[in-house]
Amino acid sequence: MSTATTATTRPDEAPEEVLAPLVSWKAPIGLGILAVVGTVMFGVFSGGKSAAFGLVDTGRGASAVAAWLALAVAILAAAWLSYAWFRARRAGHGPAGWIPPALAAAVVVFVLAVLGVAGVTVITLGARLIGWLSAVVMLALAGWSAWLAPRGHKLPRWGVAAFAIAFLVGFLVWIVAGGRDATPYISLAGLLAGAVTLAVPLVFGSLSGVLCERSGIVNIAIEGQLLMGAFSAAVGATVTGSVYAGLIAAAVAGALVSLVLAVVSIKYLVNQIIVGVVLNVLVVGLTNFLFSTLLTANPEGLNKPPHLGSIEIPVLADVPLIGPILFRQSLVGYLMYIAVIVVYVGLFHTKWGLRVRAVGEHPQAADTLGVNVNRTRFWNTILGGAIAGIGGSFFTLVAVDAFSKEMSAGRGYIALAALIFGRWNPIGAFLASLLFGFADNLQSVITIIGSPLPSQFMAMLPYVVTVFAVAGLVGRSRPPAMEGIPYVKG
Amino acid sequence: MKLELRGITKRFGALVANDHIDLVVEDSQVHCLLGENGAGKSTLMNVLYGLYEPSEGEILVDDKPVAFRGPSDAMAAGIGMVHQHFMLVPVFTVAENVALGAEATKAAGFLDLDATRAKIRDISKRYGFDVDPDALVEDLPVGVQQRVEIIKALVRDARILILDEPTAVLTPQETDELLEIIGELKASGKSIIFISHKLREVKAVADVITVIRRGKVVGDAPPSAAPADLASMMVGRPVSLTLNKAPAEPKDTTFAVRDLTVAAPNGQRVVDGVTFDIAQGEILAVAGVQGNGQTELTEAILGLYKHASGSVTLDGNELLGRSVKDVLGAGVGFVPEDRSHDGLVGAFTVAENLVLDLYDRAPFARGLGMRPSRVATQAAEKIAEFDIRTPSADVPASTLSGGNQQKVVMARELSRPLRLFIASQPTRGVDVGSIEFLHRRIIAERDNGTPVMIVSTELDEIMELADRIAVLYRGRLMGIVPGGTPRDMLGLMMAGMTAEEAAAHEAPVAAGTGAAGADDDGAHRAASSFGIDVVTDDSDSGDTHG
Repeated sequence: MSTATTATTRPDEAPEEVLAPLVSWKAPIGLGILAVVGTVMFGVFSGGKSAAFGLVDTGRGASAVAAWLALAVAILAAAWLSYAWFRARRAGHGPAGWIPPALAAAVVVFVLAVLGVAGVTVITLGARLIGWLSAVVMLALAGWSAWLAPRGHKLPRWGVAAFAIAFLVGFLVWIVAGGRDATPYISLAGLLAGAVTLAVPLVFGSLSGVLCERSGIVNIAIEGQLLMGAFSAAVGATVTGSVYAGLIAAAVAGALVSLVLAVVSIKYLVNQIIVGVVLNVLVVGLTNFLFSTLLTANPEGLNKPPHLGSIEIPVLADVPLIGPILFRQSLVGYLMYIAVIVVYVGLFHTKWGLRVRAVGEHPQAADTLGVNVNRTRFWNTILGGAIAGIGGSFFTLVAVDAFSKEMSAGRGYIALAALIFGRWNPIGAFLASLLFGFADNLQSVITIIGSPLPSQFMAMLPYVVTVFAVAGLVGRSRPPAMEGIPYVKG
Repeated sequence: MKLELRGITKRFGALVANDHIDLVVEDSQVHCLLGENGAGKSTLMNVLYGLYEPSEGEILVDDKPVAFRGPSDAMAAGIGMVHQHFMLVPVFTVAENVALGAEATKAAGFLDLDATRAKIRDISKRYGFDVDPDALVEDLPVGVQQRVEIIKALVRDARILILDEPTAVLTPQETDELLEIIGELKASGKSIIFISHKLREVKAVADVITVIRRGKVVGDAPPSAAPADLASMMVGRPVSLTLNKAPAEPKDTTFAVRDLTVAAPNGQRVVDGVTFDIAQGEILAVAGVQGNGQTELTEAILGLYKHASGSVTLDGNELLGRSVKDVLGAGVGFVPEDRSHDGLVGAFTVAENLVLDLYDRAPFARGLGMRPSRVATQAAEKIAEFDIRTPSADVPASTLSGGNQQKVVMARELSRPLRLFIASQPTRGVDVGSIEFLHRRIIAERDNGTPVMIVSTELDEIMELADRIAVLYRGRLMGIVPGGTPRDMLGLMMAGMTAEEAAAHEAPVAAGTGAAGADDDGAHRAASSFGIDVVTDDSDSGDTHG
């Protein structure tokens, strides 16, 4: 055996430690900037005023039954979740990923229910106190993050969540307290319910994106699918006089837009992004043309769809804050919740979903195992289009009772952002859509009560949130590996 | 299970990839397909696996003709395939990958991954695979990923297993383990088709060897056939398997790397504190399993990485921090590991590719204009000198075969006076005949007095060329050892032992296998009678299967 000669570098540590990551200051710097901005705005520049938040819809009394019911459910849920957590701990492994957030949600419901039981309908918060409180929390968390960074650790997820909540609360109190009145008031219930309403088309749009992109087809045409859905729903419902026919027409129209995308990109291998953009422009042109010729000529016969009213589930709809969100929705709203759950379960817990994800990640592998790649992609794209089409029907059947030019107003693109923000996961896309809907609704609510920021800046809010979200505020998100790359055998 | 291919022909347009191939694979037999890259082995197996439809011919399973319209038909007939490039979804768990396509389901299409996990544990236990069903595939070492591929086939009750170049990505130790696994599979009654161009492995594992050249069966050979004979069957003319290069005559040390560290975007140190020198007239070969920092090391020297620290000096000048153009200007010739991606512009002509880094200077340029006549002259010279097989200098480089593309890259990089020559995977995907030629050119450059750095994942190539061998593992240098260091020791270093540890580990092992010494001697005697340098034949594994 020979001896080692010349410049032999002998590593001092064990090889496992070789891959020690370099220190990343991204998170501490980002959090630090936000904390400082928050401190200056919410703390230093907080007025002496207070902000009042209504917990119950204006014009409705608090329902004691609903509050008690919510209390009972919250206690039971919290108890069960804590037990599950405890048991997981005993078993020596961490709790399943969904348990901590679910427990947090149960606690929030519990607090709200207690407020409801106690008959509290309005909470008034002093801007200065809350502003400084949130500032302290944010600065502390940013500091902790900076302390952890050189040690190679990251802020735990609950820390990030706490930071986000502190910022949100501080921001809300600050901006509401800046209103014109002596004690400016907004209805928190209305704010949240409105946010969900505005988010409906976004959720459908981003689910469409999830279905297409998980199978490897980039769907930029969400905007076109929403708009086509809105148009077809209006015309279909008016002509037949049935909202359900309108819904079906919307799904078919969305699927037709997808059909073009699927055929052109799968069969003719055209760049999917370009096809998507072209489809969006095409749909805008087509609907504008049909609107200004046919619909304007005969609005009564073609563009006066019946309204799809909200369906209220008794008692449950009266639970403070949450009731209206979950249990006082239009049919489209309920369909949204169902779609999120079905797509999530379908993608991650069924045979179909496993194949879809495999096709988006490694089509060749799927092919060698007997999965028909292009057929899977085709049907997923069609299904995505149908879902986005139903989302589009929201515009003409729920929000406004007539079609007007370009009424989707770029929401398809926001849905695309929600899809990325939500990391190509149906639940994530749903939550991201809610955030965008919230920013959108907050903007209009604040404009009404008057705000320290010019209304133009408020109008930018949803888009600023989008930019930060997509720029990777939530960390690195990983798209399906073979997204946008056509699969050609051989 | 008996498998027979009769007169299989596969044409792609005018190209005949398989020309009337007959092949019979008997029950419980390891049948090796030996052939160069591009000989048509993989095409044949893709036909067998239902990925391609044969233009002519028929496939018989247990003497009954079958027609495969897709891989699922082949799998149903009991054929499983482990592809050269693994067909595994990196972000899936082992269980998800195994389940895909043959999912165990509960009611309404819900996945029953527990059933799959149980099957994986069962197979793992039976063959000693040690695979965790819940591990993410991307986190697994390549050798384990390969086992997942084998499990995939076994779960589908494959009775014939096709292994396409299975050792290309493995360390020598992993290769030994694989050969053991093949032995066990054979013992349990599976037939195996083992595709390779590596004589050593084929001889170690085969019951029957079929040699394929240019889409045709050249003939069968027993595993005892002489390597030189097998090689000439593969290539179609006599080849010499050893270079018999003269010993190096190192002169001044002009190239020095000190404490070079490269950080990946995610903060990992992909090259970590690497220090070495290369003298003029010496070849330093960098060995290691793919992905242990070799790519980054060479590219950092070339100046492609911003996050590189330490020092790289050539003739006393610091190269680190300078632009790629400056580095090339300092006299560095660089052959990248992926020629079609980094080494050539596929759509450019051969002539243009031959002056890719020289186009802007005399004699190929005058002021702002280029001089096509000089470019053409250069092309004619280099095509002759390097024996580049091309219809003309004006065809796109992408139309050439891999070996000829590599010759274009090599010709370009060697066409100017060099102060340092770096070649990554200089013969990857190149036919045996061209390998010999390219190796001789590299030796010639060394004898010219240029410091030469070779990066290769092929131990054969390392052994062939190296005057000294540096082994990289996870971005760190495990040591620099002299050329001719035994394979086993290099293998241990490639798996993360330092030179000292590997030496210490080797000694007792050598003593322990003393009992099998007679056998070893036999192997060596046989080897020397072939005139082949097989000093450290994988005789351990040979014993288990021989």
